[in-house]
Amino acid sequence: MKIATKLWIALGVLILLSPLGLILPEHFQAGSAWGEWGADEIGKLVGYVPEGLKRVSELWSAPLPDYAFKGWEEKGLGRLSFAYIISAVVGSVLVALTIGLLGKLLVKRANNA
Amino acid sequence: MHIPDGYLGPATCGVFYAVMIPIWVAASRIVKKTLRTKQVPLLAIGAAFSFVIMMFNVPIPGGSTGHAVGGVLVAILLGPWAAAIAITVALVVQALLFGDGGVTAIGANCFNMAVVIPFVGYYTYISISGNSAINAHRRVTAAFIAGYIGINAAALLAGIEFGLQPLLCHTATGQALYCPYGLKIAVPAMLGEHLLIFGWVEAIVTALVIKYLQKQTPELLAQEAN
Repeated sequence: MKIATKLWIALGVLILLSPLGLILPEHFQAGSAWGEWGADEIGKLVGYVPEGLKRVSELWSAPLPDYAFKGWEEKGLGRLSFAYIISAVVGSVLVALTIGLLGKLLVKRANNA
Repeated sequence: MHIPDGYLGPATCGVFYAVMIPIWVAASRIVKKTLRTKQVPLLAIGAAFSFVIMMFNVPIPGGSTGHAVGGVLVAILLGPWAAAIAITVALVVQALLFGDGGVTAIGANCFNMAVVIPFVGYYTYISISGNSAINAHRRVTAAFIAGYIGINAAALLAGIEFGLQPLLCHTATGQALYCPYGLKIAVPAMLGEHLLIFGWVEAIVTALVIKYLQKQTPELLAQEAN
């Protein structure tokens, strides 16, 4: 088997296991990463929501926020795990395609030696 | 370590975008010269691997979470400049599509994770592994230490970026406009949790994959001269 094929299979296995990154923090009651709290959460932590933080945090609305479908926040771990896997697939395909495209633009045939 | 929108003030965001633009240009030029066409699929897998590994949030029970980046690994296999491009792409997709890391903070997050991690990690690895044989155990040790140091260097920097905000941007009454935690809280928090927990995750991932590749596909490790 070619090296690349082996590595793609390994990546596929990692993607299927990725919901562990969702389930383990839930199980051990771990919260957000340090410095990655939402505006409401930071309001509770420091007693006020910094003005600029509130304004800028609303600038961008991601289509798959936190690797889940919009409105699925309260759907339970099963469905969230499903959305997590879909996000991992969509994300890694997009990342790999972008690199492939950049590779076509950047890497010239002269480097084929 | 993905700084969200709203935690860094406009000056900090601007500075890091300004720093990153020449780095991205230089990385493109160097990769154009050194990367071979057959290495492009490997770079694509490396970038996708980094993207997925960052989804494996490791909990500190009752506390926060963190994750490995895989940046040192990609740098060992394809060189730090190629790794900078791979991780930049992963971080941009995370910010735009998944809201993981702020769009305004892409410059800062790329500097921390796509520049500091691969470069610090790569040169740590090179200086420890020296000219040892491809299958030498020393290379696994070097990968382990490089993973640990690389991610902790980035965590320290992220802590400083967070911690400077209350000094840089505040209201007349002293309320912070962006990240409300100063250096005395942000640096120990960011660096501490990476020194204690997440640094070891990056170290183990890097070392295990290098050990596996030594056995399975040693030719991949021989390309690292790039």
